[in-house]
Amino acid sequence: MSTSAAELRDLYQELILDHGRTPRNKRKPPEANREALGHNPMCGDRMTIYLTLGEHDALIEDVAFEGQGCAISTASASMMTEILKGKTAAQAQEIFDYFHTLCTTDHASPPNHLNEDDLDRLDALSGVRQFPIRVKCATLAWHAMQAALCPAGMRQNQVNSEGDEKQ
Amino acid sequence: MTECGLFACVTPKQFDAVKYRADFPALHQEINGAPLVFLDSAASAQKPKQVLEALTRLYANNYANVHRGVYTLSQKATDAFERARETVRRFIHAKSSDEIIFTRGATESINLVAHSWGRAFLKRGDEVLITELEHHANIVPWQMLEKEIGIVLKPVRIEDNGDVLAQNVIAAITPNTKLISIAHVSNALGTILPVEEIIAAAKAKNITVLLDGCQAISHIAVDVQALGCDFYVFSSHKLYGPTGVGVLWGKKELLNKMPPYQTGGDMIEVVSFKGTTFKQTPHRFEAGTPAIAEVVGFASAIEYVSTIGLDRIAGYEHELLEYATAELSKIKGLRIIGTAPNKASIISFVMDHAHPHDIGTILDGYGIAVRAGHHCAQPLMERLGVVATTRASFAFYNTCDDVDALVAGIKKVQEIFK
Ligand SMILES: Cc1ncc(COP(=O)(O)O)c(C=O)c1O
Repeated sequence: MSTSAAELRDLYQELILDHGRTPRNKRKPPEANREALGHNPMCGDRMTIYLTLGEHDALIEDVAFEGQGCAISTASASMMTEILKGKTAAQAQEIFDYFHTLCTTDHASPPNHLNEDDLDRLDALSGVRQFPIRVKCATLAWHAMQAALCPAGMRQNQVNSEGDEKQ
Repeated sequence: MTECGLFACVTPKQFDAVKYRADFPALHQEINGAPLVFLDSAASAQKPKQVLEALTRLYANNYANVHRGVYTLSQKATDAFERARETVRRFIHAKSSDEIIFTRGATESINLVAHSWGRAFLKRGDEVLITELEHHANIVPWQMLEKEIGIVLKPVRIEDNGDVLAQNVIAAITPNTKLISIAHVSNALGTILPVEEIIAAAKAKNITVLLDGCQAISHIAVDVQALGCDFYVFSSHKLYGPTGVGVLWGKKELLNKMPPYQTGGDMIEVVSFKGTTFKQTPHRFEAGTPAIAEVVGFASAIEYVSTIGLDRIAGYEHELLEYATAELSKIKGLRIIGTAPNKASIISFVMDHAHPHDIGTILDGYGIAVRAGHHCAQPLMERLGVVATTRASFAFYNTCDDVDALVAGIKKVQEIFK
């Protein structure tokens, strides 16, 4: 597998660098009612995702995160907070499934509830497809989000993105 | 090789790195369209063709299981295997080749000491001193003994610049201290530890000392008798040899008092259902069929570096370290982590705005291989207040051109993360 300068530029495109530099929703909302920690054992990065779920856990009213990571994991967490706000838990899971497929294969089809902006964001992140070892970085926040969505009792408080290399 | 500005590298007359480099086939390839610049020898070193040929030669001509056949071929393999033990003995100046135990690697060597010596000689309340900069391989085996028998593991504080002061280790000794287990050289920072002073203080109090020589063995000429420690461990693959082989050196009297680690074939004297008696060291600790070819290949790696001379290697690598340190220090927004006065050719650094992982990915795009991460030393990262670092490590096959390529690569990183 060979990396070209174009692939590097594609991975570190302006949208990613912007979210990496000035992440959105990097905070701990006092009203958050779900959280989970994502840990990337390869680099030691840690990231906590906070979800504020509405009545009957249906709607994601707010998404935020705290922690330190590389440009890719930070940008991914930042964009995820923007994409998932206002979605239902079931939709969030569908989006993660789509994003995961996008990062690891070349045959992903998006769920129809994603708008153009969301698709552009996920598309930018999917530049990691050319960098199998970095897929874990892109999916770290998403794994933590998924863990936070799990019903209490089944929830793991800490997850990692091991095993997320491109197949 | 180019001149390296202020710190002119040793001229080819004195140390012909380019000539040695030609012995390493893997170094002569393109990665992502650029010539490979391999700066991760501290993780694992590349292998000279002499080692590859030794492996092939053994498999082609002299291969059979060792220590068991009455036939000629098995005797040939056994001879080659035992000659390798003698080669290791000579290399680290051990008293007897019986003191050289072949393991799967330094990790297994430390685990062997923890399991065998630790369980036999440590009891609840005994203290084991390590430092904050240890590799996980020299932390976790002792933590297991904390859980199992209630020993106390005490990490000694290091300085902010990554230095380890002998006086701090010595001050941490108490009447309960039974073992000091420390790195000879730090894999994450390159710090050379003041082991002589520490060993002298430990010996005055009858404390056993284990040195983790993984990073020292390729940079420093090691004489275990002069050092005066009790155990010394290292891995073949960081010394230009094959993977799957490590060494535990220990004093014979000590080794013969230790119970076996693993049990099975090759390590027993008599097995009967009434009871089994074990061989003396080293065979007591080498249960089962060993990595025969790799051990023989390892011996050829030792011969290879011995021919060049570790002192000359160390001198040249020091020049590289000084040049790289000077060049990297000029880069604004880059901070070297680990600036102890005594260092082997390892440089860890962090950069403003760019995470080590991003640095590693971008450098790889230009053919430059560095390590990015916590270097299996998470407590050290925590101590230094960083999540991870980027690490460039230099071997004698690296040149000032490699340093220049690294600097140019870092400038590219800065262009992206400006
Ligand atoms: C200082 C130190 N100790 C122990 C080890 C473990 O060596 P190995 O993985 O070869 O068993 C390493 C290798 O990374 C090391 O650098």
